Amino acid sequence: MIAETSLSVTPRRSPRRPLNAQTLRVQARRERLGRIGLTLPGSILICVVLLIPVGWLFYLSAFDAAGNLTWANYERLGRSLYLRSFFTTFRVAGIVTLLTVLMGYPVAYMMSHARPRMATVILVAVMLPFWTSVLVRTYAWLVLLQRTGLVNGWLQSLGLTNEPLALVHNELGTIIGMTHVMLPFLILPLYASMKAVDPALMKAAANCGATPAQAFRQVYFPQTIAGLGAGAGLVFVLCLGFFVTPVLLGGGRVYMWAMQIGDNISLYGNWGSASALGVVLVLATGLVLFAIRILLKLAGGPR
Amino acid sequence: MLNTPVTETQITHANRLWLYAVVTLVTIFLVVPCILVVPMSFSASEYLEFPPSELSLRWYRAFLGSPEWLGALWTSIKVAVPVTFIATALGTAAAWGLHRRFGLLFTLSRSLYMLPMLVPLILIAVGVFFVYARLGINGTIGGLIAAHTMLALPFVLIAVGNGLTSFDMNQHQVSRSLGASEFVAFFTVTLPQIRISVLSGAVFAFVTSFDEVVVALYISSGKNETLTRRMFSNIRDQVDPTVAAISSLLVSVVIIGMVLFLLLRKEEA
Repeated sequence: MIAETSLSVTPRRSPRRPLNAQTLRVQARRERLGRIGLTLPGSILICVVLLIPVGWLFYLSAFDAAGNLTWANYERLGRSLYLRSFFTTFRVAGIVTLLTVLMGYPVAYMMSHARPRMATVILVAVMLPFWTSVLVRTYAWLVLLQRTGLVNGWLQSLGLTNEPLALVHNELGTIIGMTHVMLPFLILPLYASMKAVDPALMKAAANCGATPAQAFRQVYFPQTIAGLGAGAGLVFVLCLGFFVTPVLLGGGRVYMWAMQIGDNISLYGNWGSASALGVVLVLATGLVLFAIRILLKLAGGPR
Repeated sequence: MLNTPVTETQITHANRLWLYAVVTLVTIFLVVPCILVVPMSFSASEYLEFPPSELSLRWYRAFLGSPEWLGALWTSIKVAVPVTFIATALGTAAAWGLHRRFGLLFTLSRSLYMLPMLVPLILIAVGVFFVYARLGINGTIGGLIAAHTMLALPFVLIAVGNGLTSFDMNQHQVSRSLGASEFVAFFTVTLPQIRISVLSGAVFAFVTSFDEVVVALYISSGKNETLTRRMFSNIRDQVDPTVAAISSLLVSVVIIGMVLFLLLRKEEA
Protein backbone atom coordinates (compact mmCIF):
# COMPACT_ATOMS: atom_id res chain seq x y z
CA MET A 1 0.00 0.00 0.00
CA ILE A 2 2.68 2.38 1.10
CA ALA A 3 4.66 1.72 -2.02
CA GLU A 4 1.92 3.08 -4.25
CA THR A 5 1.31 6.22 -2.25
CA SER A 6 5.02 6.94 -2.08
CA LEU A 7 5.11 7.27 -5.81
CA SER A 8 2.42 9.94 -5.85
CA VAL A 9 4.12 12.06 -3.19
CA THR A 10 7.42 13.12 -4.70
CA PRO A 11 6.55 16.78 -4.56
CA ARG A 12 9.64 18.60 -5.69
CA ARG A 13 10.67 16.68 -8.73
CA SER A 14 7.47 15.97 -10.65
CA PRO A 15 5.16 18.88 -11.31
CA ARG A 16 1.61 17.81 -10.67
CA ARG A 17 1.15 15.11 -13.28
CA PRO A 18 -2.02 13.07 -13.32
CA LEU A 19 -1.47 9.81 -11.47
CA ASN A 20 -2.24 7.22 -14.06
CA ALA A 21 -0.74 4.00 -15.33
CA GLN A 22 1.42 5.89 -17.80
CA THR A 23 3.05 8.11 -15.16
CA LEU A 24 3.58 5.19 -12.83
CA ARG A 25 5.31 3.24 -15.58
CA VAL A 26 7.60 6.17 -16.34
CA GLN A 27 8.46 6.57 -12.67
CA ALA A 28 9.05 2.84 -12.24
CA ARG A 29 11.38 2.84 -15.21
CA ARG A 30 13.24 5.87 -13.90
CA GLU A 31 13.73 4.17 -10.58
CA ARG A 32 14.99 1.00 -12.27
CA LEU A 33 17.50 3.04 -14.23
CA GLY A 34 18.57 4.81 -11.06
CA ARG A 35 19.19 1.47 -9.36
CA ILE A 36 21.20 0.11 -12.28
CA GLY A 37 23.12 3.39 -12.26
CA LEU A 38 24.19 2.68 -8.68
CA THR A 39 25.83 -0.56 -9.76
CA LEU A 40 27.67 1.02 -12.68
CA PRO A 41 30.85 2.39 -11.03
CA GLY A 42 31.72 -1.03 -9.63
CA SER A 43 30.76 -2.78 -12.88
CA ILE A 44 33.02 -0.49 -14.87
CA LEU A 45 35.91 -1.16 -12.49
CA ILE A 46 35.36 -4.92 -12.83
CA CYS A 47 35.27 -4.57 -16.61
CA VAL A 48 38.49 -2.58 -16.71
CA VAL A 49 40.62 -4.61 -14.31
CA LEU A 50 39.07 -8.03 -14.78
CA LEU A 51 37.06 -8.59 -17.94
CA ILE A 52 39.38 -6.74 -20.33
CA PRO A 53 42.63 -8.26 -18.96
CA VAL A 54 41.28 -11.80 -18.79
CA GLY A 55 39.52 -11.36 -22.13
CA TRP A 56 42.78 -10.19 -23.62
CA LEU A 57 44.47 -13.36 -22.39
CA PHE A 58 41.73 -15.40 -24.05
CA TYR A 59 42.42 -13.52 -27.25
CA LEU A 60 46.20 -14.06 -26.95
CA SER A 61 45.73 -17.78 -26.54
CA ALA A 62 44.63 -18.05 -30.18
CA PHE A 63 47.84 -16.59 -31.64
CA ASP A 64 51.43 -17.75 -31.87
CA ALA A 65 54.52 -15.61 -31.27
CA ALA A 66 54.47 -14.31 -34.84
CA GLY A 67 50.85 -13.21 -34.55
CA ASN A 68 49.23 -15.89 -36.69
CA LEU A 69 45.91 -17.46 -35.76
CA THR A 70 46.67 -20.93 -34.49
CA TRP A 71 45.58 -23.85 -32.31
CA ALA A 72 49.20 -24.53 -31.37
CA ASN A 73 48.84 -23.14 -27.84
CA TYR A 74 46.02 -25.55 -27.14
CA GLU A 75 47.68 -28.49 -28.89
CA ARG A 76 50.68 -27.97 -26.64
CA LEU A 77 48.46 -28.63 -23.62
CA GLY A 78 48.38 -32.27 -24.72
CA ARG A 79 52.09 -32.66 -23.98
CA SER A 80 53.07 -34.84 -21.05
CA LEU A 81 54.37 -31.92 -18.97
CA TYR A 82 51.00 -30.21 -19.16
CA LEU A 83 49.02 -33.43 -18.73
CA ARG A 84 51.01 -34.23 -15.62
CA SER A 85 50.27 -30.85 -14.02
CA PHE A 86 46.64 -31.28 -15.05
CA PHE A 87 46.43 -34.58 -13.15
CA THR A 88 48.39 -33.20 -10.18
CA THR A 89 46.01 -30.26 -9.95
CA PHE A 90 42.87 -32.41 -10.01
CA ARG A 91 44.34 -35.05 -7.69
CA VAL A 92 45.42 -32.50 -5.08
CA ALA A 93 42.15 -30.56 -5.36
CA GLY A 94 40.15 -33.80 -5.02
CA ILE A 95 42.09 -35.07 -2.01
CA VAL A 96 41.92 -31.70 -0.26
CA THR A 97 38.17 -31.44 -0.89
CA LEU A 98 37.62 -34.95 0.47
CA LEU A 99 39.72 -34.21 3.56
CA THR A 100 37.91 -30.94 4.27
CA VAL A 101 34.55 -32.74 3.99
CA LEU A 102 35.64 -35.54 6.34
CA MET A 103 37.16 -33.11 8.85
CA GLY A 104 34.68 -30.28 8.44
CA TYR A 105 31.35 -32.12 8.69
CA PRO A 106 31.80 -33.24 12.32
CA VAL A 107 33.01 -29.78 13.32
CA ALA A 108 30.07 -28.00 11.68
CA TYR A 109 27.70 -30.58 13.20
CA MET A 110 29.05 -30.10 16.68
CA MET A 111 29.10 -26.32 16.27
CA SER A 112 25.41 -26.23 15.37
CA HIS A 113 24.34 -28.61 18.15
CA ALA A 114 26.56 -27.71 21.08
CA ARG A 115 25.56 -25.30 23.83
CA PRO A 116 26.22 -21.63 23.04
CA ARG A 117 29.47 -21.39 24.98
CA MET A 118 30.95 -24.50 23.35
CA ALA A 119 29.68 -23.40 19.94
CA THR A 120 31.44 -20.06 20.37
CA VAL A 121 34.70 -21.81 21.24
CA ILE A 122 34.52 -23.91 18.06
CA LEU A 123 33.48 -20.89 16.00
CA VAL A 124 36.54 -18.99 17.25
CA ALA A 125 38.72 -21.96 16.30
CA VAL A 126 37.29 -21.81 12.76
CA MET A 127 37.38 -18.02 12.42
CA LEU A 128 40.95 -17.58 13.65
CA PRO A 129 42.47 -19.33 10.61
CA PHE A 130 39.81 -17.76 8.37
CA TRP A 131 40.99 -14.26 9.25
CA THR A 132 44.69 -15.08 9.44
CA SER A 133 46.65 -14.40 6.26
CA VAL A 134 47.20 -17.44 4.03
CA LEU A 135 50.85 -16.49 3.90
CA VAL A 136 51.21 -16.58 7.68
CA ARG A 137 49.52 -19.97 7.91
CA THR A 138 51.57 -21.42 5.08
CA TYR A 139 54.72 -20.15 6.76
CA ALA A 140 53.64 -21.75 10.03
CA TRP A 141 53.18 -25.11 8.33
CA LEU A 142 56.56 -24.79 6.67
CA VAL A 143 58.14 -24.32 10.08
CA LEU A 144 56.09 -27.07 11.74
CA LEU A 145 56.71 -29.68 9.07
CA GLN A 146 60.36 -29.07 8.23
CA ARG A 147 62.98 -31.76 8.99
CA THR A 148 63.90 -30.19 12.31
CA GLY A 149 60.34 -29.02 12.90
CA LEU A 150 57.95 -29.68 15.73
CA VAL A 151 56.00 -32.49 14.06
CA ASN A 152 59.11 -34.46 13.20
CA GLY A 153 60.37 -33.87 16.75
CA TRP A 154 57.18 -35.32 18.22
CA LEU A 155 57.15 -38.28 15.87
CA GLN A 156 60.70 -39.16 16.87
CA SER A 157 60.24 -38.65 20.60
CA LEU A 158 57.15 -40.87 20.45
CA GLY A 159 59.34 -43.46 18.76
CA LEU A 160 57.18 -43.60 15.64
CA THR A 161 60.11 -42.93 13.35
CA ASN A 162 63.85 -43.03 13.76
CA GLU A 163 64.75 -40.37 11.27
CA PRO A 164 62.95 -37.18 10.24
CA LEU A 165 60.27 -37.71 7.58
CA ALA A 166 59.97 -35.52 4.50
CA LEU A 167 56.71 -33.82 5.40
CA VAL A 168 57.12 -30.65 3.41
CA HIS A 169 58.38 -29.61 -0.03
CA ASN A 170 56.26 -32.40 -1.46
CA GLU A 171 52.63 -33.28 -2.17
CA LEU A 172 51.93 -34.32 1.43
CA GLY A 173 52.95 -30.91 2.79
CA THR A 174 50.96 -29.15 0.09
CA ILE A 175 47.85 -31.16 0.93
CA ILE A 176 48.21 -30.53 4.68
CA GLY A 177 48.65 -26.79 4.17
CA MET A 178 45.84 -26.48 1.63
CA THR A 179 43.44 -28.47 3.82
CA HIS A 180 44.13 -26.04 6.63
CA VAL A 181 43.50 -23.04 4.39
CA MET A 182 40.31 -24.49 2.89
CA LEU A 183 38.57 -25.93 5.99
CA PRO A 184 36.78 -22.69 7.01
CA PHE A 185 35.38 -22.35 3.48
CA LEU A 186 33.69 -25.71 3.90
CA ILE A 187 32.63 -25.35 7.52
CA LEU A 188 30.97 -21.93 7.33
CA PRO A 189 28.35 -22.64 4.58
CA LEU A 190 27.76 -26.11 6.02
CA TYR A 191 27.18 -24.63 9.47
CA ALA A 192 24.62 -22.22 8.01
CA SER A 193 22.67 -25.05 6.39
CA MET A 194 22.80 -27.15 9.59
CA LYS A 195 21.47 -24.26 11.64
CA ALA A 196 18.46 -24.17 9.32
CA VAL A 197 17.50 -27.82 10.00
CA ASP A 198 14.42 -27.98 12.22
CA PRO A 199 15.42 -29.97 15.35
CA ALA A 200 11.84 -31.18 15.73
CA LEU A 201 12.33 -33.31 12.61
CA MET A 202 14.94 -35.47 14.33
CA LYS A 203 12.63 -35.95 17.31
CA ALA A 204 9.81 -36.84 14.96
CA ALA A 205 12.03 -39.38 13.24
CA ALA A 206 12.91 -40.93 16.61
CA ASN A 207 9.25 -40.97 17.51
CA CYS A 208 8.50 -42.85 14.33
CA GLY A 209 10.95 -45.52 15.38
CA ALA A 210 14.09 -44.57 13.51
CA THR A 211 17.39 -45.42 15.14
CA PRO A 212 19.73 -42.42 15.55
CA ALA A 213 21.77 -43.64 12.58
CA GLN A 214 18.69 -44.00 10.39
CA ALA A 215 17.36 -40.61 11.43
CA PHE A 216 20.70 -39.04 10.62
CA ARG A 217 20.98 -40.77 7.25
CA GLN A 218 17.42 -40.32 6.08
CA VAL A 219 16.31 -37.08 7.73
CA TYR A 220 19.27 -34.96 8.77
CA PHE A 221 21.91 -35.57 6.14
CA PRO A 222 19.71 -34.88 3.07
CA GLN A 223 18.93 -31.46 4.47
CA THR A 224 22.58 -30.55 4.76
CA ILE A 225 23.57 -31.72 1.27
CA ALA A 226 23.03 -28.26 -0.20
CA GLY A 227 25.41 -26.61 2.25
CA LEU A 228 27.90 -29.45 1.94
CA GLY A 229 27.82 -29.26 -1.85
CA ALA A 230 28.21 -25.50 -1.87
CA GLY A 231 31.16 -25.68 0.51
CA ALA A 232 32.86 -28.61 -1.23
CA GLY A 233 32.38 -26.99 -4.63
CA LEU A 234 33.87 -23.73 -3.42
CA VAL A 235 36.85 -25.58 -1.93
CA PHE A 236 37.44 -27.59 -5.12
CA VAL A 237 37.29 -24.52 -7.34
CA LEU A 238 39.60 -22.53 -5.06
CA CYS A 239 42.05 -25.47 -5.04
CA LEU A 240 42.15 -25.61 -8.85
CA GLY A 241 43.49 -22.06 -9.05
CA PHE A 242 45.47 -22.03 -5.80
CA PHE A 243 48.94 -20.52 -6.07
CA VAL A 244 50.52 -19.45 -2.77
CA THR A 245 50.47 -22.63 -0.69
CA PRO A 246 51.50 -25.10 -3.44
CA VAL A 247 54.42 -22.86 -4.39
CA LEU A 248 55.70 -22.51 -0.84
CA LEU A 249 54.94 -25.99 0.53
CA GLY A 250 55.40 -27.96 -2.69
CA GLY A 251 59.00 -26.87 -3.02
CA GLY A 252 58.79 -27.02 -6.81
CA ARG A 253 57.86 -30.71 -6.78
CA VAL A 254 54.10 -30.22 -6.85
CA TYR A 255 53.49 -28.55 -10.13
CA MET A 256 49.94 -27.23 -10.31
CA TRP A 257 48.16 -25.24 -12.96
CA ALA A 258 48.41 -21.86 -11.31
CA MET A 259 52.18 -22.28 -10.96
CA GLN A 260 52.52 -23.35 -14.54
CA ILE A 261 50.67 -20.25 -15.72
CA GLY A 262 52.89 -18.09 -13.54
CA ASP A 263 56.11 -19.77 -14.73
CA ASN A 264 55.09 -19.49 -18.36
CA ILE A 265 54.93 -15.75 -17.89
CA SER A 266 57.76 -14.98 -15.50
CA LEU A 267 60.31 -17.57 -16.69
CA TYR A 268 59.54 -18.05 -20.38
CA GLY A 269 57.51 -14.98 -21.31
CA ASN A 270 55.23 -17.34 -23.18
CA TRP A 271 51.91 -15.49 -23.13
CA GLY A 272 50.20 -17.76 -25.64
CA SER A 273 50.49 -21.01 -23.74
CA ALA A 274 49.96 -19.36 -20.33
CA SER A 275 46.74 -17.92 -21.74
CA ALA A 276 45.60 -21.22 -23.23
CA LEU A 277 46.15 -22.86 -19.86
CA GLY A 278 44.21 -20.03 -18.24
CA VAL A 279 41.28 -20.52 -20.59
CA VAL A 280 41.15 -24.22 -19.73
CA LEU A 281 41.36 -23.36 -16.03
CA VAL A 282 38.46 -20.92 -16.28
CA LEU A 283 36.41 -23.43 -18.27
CA ALA A 284 37.11 -26.17 -15.74
CA THR A 285 36.15 -23.82 -12.90
CA GLY A 286 32.94 -22.83 -14.64
CA LEU A 287 32.09 -26.43 -15.42
CA VAL A 288 32.57 -27.52 -11.81
CA LEU A 289 30.40 -24.64 -10.54
CA PHE A 290 27.71 -25.49 -13.11
CA ALA A 291 27.80 -29.20 -12.27
CA ILE A 292 27.39 -28.42 -8.58
CA ARG A 293 24.39 -26.22 -9.31
CA ILE A 294 22.74 -29.01 -11.28
CA LEU A 295 23.55 -31.62 -8.63
CA LEU A 296 22.19 -29.40 -5.87
CA LYS A 297 19.00 -28.87 -7.82
CA LEU A 298 18.61 -32.62 -8.23
CA ALA A 299 19.46 -33.33 -4.59
CA GLY A 300 17.42 -30.45 -3.21
CA GLY A 301 14.17 -31.68 -4.73
CA PRO A 302 11.06 -29.61 -4.03
CA ARG A 303 12.13 -26.87 -1.69
CA MET B 1 24.71 -40.19 33.02
CA LEU B 2 27.33 -41.15 30.50
CA ASN B 3 26.39 -44.70 29.81
CA THR B 4 22.76 -45.37 30.52
CA PRO B 5 20.40 -44.18 27.84
CA VAL B 6 16.94 -43.35 29.13
CA THR B 7 15.24 -44.57 26.00
CA GLU B 8 16.27 -46.85 23.19
CA THR B 9 16.92 -44.01 20.78
CA GLN B 10 18.65 -41.57 23.11
CA ILE B 11 22.21 -40.73 22.16
CA THR B 12 24.46 -40.64 25.19
CA HIS B 13 27.67 -38.71 25.54
CA ALA B 14 29.50 -42.02 25.52
CA ASN B 15 28.10 -42.79 22.07
CA ARG B 16 29.46 -39.52 20.92
CA LEU B 17 32.93 -39.64 22.38
CA TRP B 18 34.32 -40.29 18.91
CA LEU B 19 32.65 -37.11 17.67
CA TYR B 20 34.15 -35.09 20.51
CA ALA B 21 37.56 -36.60 19.83
CA VAL B 22 37.41 -35.83 16.11
CA VAL B 23 36.24 -32.28 16.69
CA THR B 24 38.95 -31.70 19.30
CA LEU B 25 41.64 -32.95 16.92
CA VAL B 26 40.39 -30.85 14.00
CA THR B 27 40.15 -27.80 16.25
CA ILE B 28 43.74 -28.28 17.33
CA PHE B 29 44.73 -28.71 13.69
CA LEU B 30 43.01 -25.40 12.88
CA VAL B 31 44.30 -23.31 15.75
CA VAL B 32 47.83 -24.51 16.53
CA PRO B 33 49.54 -23.37 13.31
CA CYS B 34 48.03 -19.91 13.74
CA ILE B 35 49.39 -19.31 17.21
CA LEU B 36 52.57 -21.38 17.32
CA VAL B 37 54.51 -18.77 15.37
CA VAL B 38 54.13 -16.38 18.29
CA PRO B 39 56.39 -18.22 20.78
CA MET B 40 58.78 -19.15 17.97
CA SER B 41 59.23 -15.53 16.98
CA PHE B 42 60.88 -14.78 20.32
CA SER B 43 63.69 -17.22 19.61
CA ALA B 44 67.22 -15.93 19.82
CA SER B 45 68.72 -18.45 17.43
CA GLU B 46 69.36 -18.22 13.72
CA TYR B 47 66.83 -21.00 13.06
CA LEU B 48 63.27 -21.33 14.20
CA GLU B 49 62.85 -23.72 17.05
CA PHE B 50 60.16 -24.72 19.49
CA PRO B 51 60.35 -24.26 22.36
CA PRO B 52 62.88 -21.48 21.87
CA SER B 53 66.04 -22.27 23.84
CA GLU B 54 66.73 -18.62 24.53
CA LEU B 55 64.29 -15.74 24.41
CA SER B 56 65.00 -12.46 22.66
CA LEU B 57 63.40 -9.70 20.67
CA ARG B 58 66.02 -10.10 17.98
CA TRP B 59 63.65 -10.71 15.08
CA TYR B 60 61.32 -7.91 16.11
CA ARG B 61 64.31 -5.58 16.10
CA ALA B 62 65.27 -6.95 12.67
CA PHE B 63 61.79 -6.07 11.41
CA LEU B 64 61.49 -2.65 13.01
CA GLY B 65 65.07 -1.73 12.12
CA SER B 66 64.72 -2.53 8.45
CA PRO B 67 63.66 0.29 6.12
CA GLU B 68 62.74 -2.32 3.47
CA TRP B 69 60.31 -4.18 5.71
CA LEU B 70 58.78 -0.99 7.13
CA GLY B 71 58.50 0.45 3.63
CA ALA B 72 56.66 -2.68 2.50
CA LEU B 73 54.29 -2.41 5.47
CA TRP B 74 53.68 1.25 4.66
CA THR B 75 52.90 0.38 1.01
CA SER B 76 50.38 -2.24 2.12
CA ILE B 77 48.65 0.32 4.35
CA LYS B 78 48.70 2.99 1.65
CA VAL B 79 46.93 0.54 -0.63
CA ALA B 80 44.55 -1.13 1.82
CA VAL B 81 43.09 2.05 3.35
CA PRO B 82 41.87 3.63 0.08
CA VAL B 83 40.68 0.20 -1.09
CA THR B 84 38.59 -0.08 2.07
CA PHE B 85 36.83 3.24 1.46
CA ILE B 86 36.34 2.90 -2.29
CA ALA B 87 35.26 -0.75 -2.22
CA THR B 88 32.85 -0.14 0.66
CA ALA B 89 31.26 2.82 -1.13
CA LEU B 90 30.98 1.10 -4.51
CA GLY B 91 29.94 -2.24 -3.02
CA THR B 92 27.27 -0.68 -0.80
CA ALA B 93 25.87 1.33 -3.71
CA ALA B 94 25.74 -1.82 -5.82
CA ALA B 95 24.13 -3.86 -3.04
CA TRP B 96 21.42 -1.22 -2.67
CA GLY B 97 20.96 -1.03 -6.44
CA LEU B 98 20.58 -4.79 -6.76
CA HIS B 99 18.47 -5.39 -3.67
CA ARG B 100 15.16 -7.06 -4.54
CA ARG B 101 15.54 -6.24 -8.20
CA PHE B 102 15.10 -8.90 -10.83
CA GLY B 103 15.34 -9.08 -14.57
CA LEU B 104 18.07 -9.74 -17.07
CA LEU B 105 20.10 -6.58 -16.47
CA PHE B 106 20.15 -7.05 -12.70
CA THR B 107 21.02 -10.75 -12.97
CA LEU B 108 23.88 -9.94 -15.32
CA SER B 109 25.15 -7.24 -13.00
CA ARG B 110 24.95 -9.61 -10.03
CA SER B 111 27.02 -12.25 -11.84
CA LEU B 112 29.54 -9.64 -12.92
CA TYR B 113 30.05 -8.65 -9.29
CA MET B 114 30.72 -12.28 -8.32
CA LEU B 115 33.43 -12.76 -10.94
CA PRO B 116 36.37 -11.40 -8.90
CA MET B 117 35.69 -14.15 -6.37
CA LEU B 118 35.36 -16.95 -8.93
CA VAL B 119 37.99 -16.27 -11.58
CA PRO B 120 41.29 -17.87 -10.46
CA LEU B 121 43.52 -15.21 -8.93
CA ILE B 122 46.57 -16.19 -10.94
CA LEU B 123 44.70 -15.45 -14.16
CA ILE B 124 43.59 -12.04 -12.91
CA ALA B 125 47.16 -11.32 -11.81
CA VAL B 126 48.69 -12.25 -15.15
CA GLY B 127 46.01 -10.43 -17.14
CA VAL B 128 46.26 -7.25 -15.07
CA PHE B 129 50.05 -7.40 -15.32
CA PHE B 130 49.74 -7.59 -19.10
CA VAL B 131 47.32 -4.67 -19.39
CA TYR B 132 49.18 -2.54 -16.85
CA ALA B 133 52.41 -3.13 -18.76
CA ARG B 134 50.77 -1.57 -21.82
CA LEU B 135 49.54 1.37 -19.76
CA GLY B 136 52.89 1.69 -18.00
CA ILE B 137 51.33 1.57 -14.53
CA ASN B 138 52.89 -1.61 -13.16
CA GLY B 139 54.41 -0.95 -9.76
CA THR B 140 52.21 2.06 -9.03
CA ILE B 141 50.07 2.46 -5.93
CA GLY B 142 47.10 3.57 -8.02
CA GLY B 143 47.18 0.44 -10.17
CA LEU B 144 47.32 -1.74 -7.08
CA ILE B 145 44.39 0.12 -5.50
CA ALA B 146 42.25 -0.40 -8.62
CA ALA B 147 42.99 -4.14 -8.76
CA HIS B 148 42.46 -4.71 -5.03
CA THR B 149 39.24 -2.68 -4.98
CA MET B 150 37.91 -4.91 -7.74
CA LEU B 151 38.86 -8.04 -5.74
CA ALA B 152 37.12 -6.70 -2.62
CA LEU B 153 33.81 -5.78 -4.31
CA PRO B 154 32.09 -9.21 -4.08
CA PHE B 155 32.78 -9.44 -0.34
CA VAL B 156 31.30 -6.01 0.35
CA LEU B 157 28.32 -6.79 -1.88
CA ILE B 158 27.62 -10.07 -0.06
CA ALA B 159 28.03 -8.53 3.40
CA VAL B 160 25.80 -5.52 2.69
CA GLY B 161 23.32 -7.64 0.72
CA ASN B 162 22.94 -9.94 3.75
CA GLY B 163 22.31 -6.91 5.93
CA LEU B 164 19.64 -5.63 3.54
CA THR B 165 17.69 -8.90 3.59
CA SER B 166 16.92 -8.34 7.27
CA PHE B 167 16.16 -4.65 6.81
CA ASP B 168 12.48 -3.71 6.70
CA MET B 169 12.09 -2.02 3.32
CA ASN B 170 8.78 -0.49 4.40
CA GLN B 171 10.72 1.96 6.54
CA HIS B 172 12.53 3.26 3.52
CA GLN B 173 9.26 3.63 1.65
CA VAL B 174 7.58 5.36 4.56
CA SER B 175 10.34 7.96 4.63
CA ARG B 176 9.97 8.41 0.88
CA SER B 177 6.22 8.89 1.22
CA LEU B 178 6.87 11.48 3.93
CA GLY B 179 8.79 13.48 1.38
CA ALA B 180 12.40 12.40 1.80
CA SER B 181 14.34 12.05 -1.42
CA GLU B 182 15.83 8.66 -2.25
CA PHE B 183 19.22 10.02 -1.18
CA VAL B 184 18.08 11.41 2.17
CA ALA B 185 15.99 8.32 2.89
CA PHE B 186 18.94 6.03 2.29
CA PHE B 187 21.40 7.97 4.40
CA THR B 188 19.11 8.77 7.33
CA VAL B 189 16.87 5.72 7.52
CA THR B 190 18.42 2.75 5.73
CA LEU B 191 22.16 3.15 6.19
CA PRO B 192 22.11 3.57 10.00
CA GLN B 193 20.25 0.27 10.28
CA ILE B 194 22.58 -1.73 8.05
CA ARG B 195 25.74 -0.13 9.44
CA ILE B 196 27.02 -3.36 11.03
CA SER B 197 26.91 -5.11 7.66
CA VAL B 198 28.59 -2.17 5.94
CA LEU B 199 31.26 -2.21 8.61
CA SER B 200 31.86 -5.94 8.19
CA GLY B 201 32.06 -5.36 4.43
CA ALA B 202 34.71 -2.73 5.08
CA VAL B 203 36.70 -5.11 7.28
CA PHE B 204 36.51 -7.73 4.51
CA ALA B 205 37.72 -5.16 1.98
CA PHE B 206 40.67 -4.16 4.14
CA VAL B 207 41.72 -7.75 4.80
CA THR B 208 41.28 -8.70 1.13
CA SER B 209 43.70 -5.99 0.10
CA PHE B 210 46.14 -6.28 2.99
CA ASP B 211 46.49 -10.08 2.73
CA GLU B 212 46.43 -10.31 -1.05
CA VAL B 213 49.53 -12.03 -2.43
CA VAL B 214 49.15 -13.19 -6.02
CA VAL B 215 48.15 -9.98 -7.80
CA ALA B 216 50.63 -7.97 -5.71
CA LEU B 217 53.34 -10.47 -6.66
CA TYR B 218 52.93 -9.50 -10.29
CA ILE B 219 52.05 -5.82 -10.25
CA SER B 220 53.84 -4.39 -7.22
CA SER B 221 57.59 -3.99 -7.27
CA GLY B 222 60.55 -1.90 -6.21
CA LYS B 223 59.73 0.70 -3.62
CA ASN B 224 56.03 -0.04 -3.99
CA GLU B 225 56.39 -3.65 -2.95
CA THR B 226 53.66 -4.77 -0.56
CA LEU B 227 54.32 -6.53 2.72
CA THR B 228 52.80 -9.78 1.47
CA ARG B 229 54.94 -9.77 -1.67
CA ARG B 230 58.09 -9.28 0.36
CA MET B 231 57.03 -11.99 2.79
CA PHE B 232 56.27 -14.36 -0.08
CA SER B 233 59.68 -14.00 -1.72
CA ASN B 234 61.31 -14.22 1.67
CA ILE B 235 59.55 -17.47 2.59
CA ARG B 236 60.21 -18.96 -0.85
CA ASP B 237 63.91 -18.16 -0.94
CA GLN B 238 65.03 -18.49 2.69
CA VAL B 239 63.28 -19.21 5.95
CA ASP B 240 64.16 -15.99 7.71
CA PRO B 241 62.78 -15.68 11.27
CA THR B 242 61.96 -12.01 10.62
CA VAL B 243 58.85 -13.38 8.90
CA ALA B 244 57.95 -15.13 12.16
CA ALA B 245 58.00 -11.78 13.98
CA ILE B 246 55.79 -10.18 11.31
CA SER B 247 53.46 -13.18 11.30
CA SER B 248 53.13 -12.96 15.06
CA LEU B 249 52.23 -9.30 14.84
CA LEU B 250 49.59 -10.06 12.16
CA VAL B 251 48.15 -12.96 14.19
CA SER B 252 48.01 -10.72 17.27
CA VAL B 253 45.98 -8.16 15.34
CA VAL B 254 43.53 -10.89 14.28
CA ILE B 255 43.24 -12.21 17.84
CA ILE B 256 42.69 -8.72 19.28
CA GLY B 257 40.06 -8.05 16.60
CA MET B 258 38.24 -11.28 17.41
CA VAL B 259 38.32 -10.63 21.16
CA LEU B 260 36.90 -7.13 20.61
CA PHE B 261 34.19 -8.58 18.39
CA LEU B 262 33.21 -11.19 20.97
CA LEU B 263 33.14 -8.57 23.75
CA LEU B 264 30.99 -6.23 21.67
CA ARG B 265 28.62 -9.06 20.83
CA LYS B 266 28.31 -9.97 24.48
CA GLU B 267 27.51 -6.39 25.37
CA GLU B 268 24.81 -6.20 22.70
CA ALA B 269 23.19 -9.44 23.77
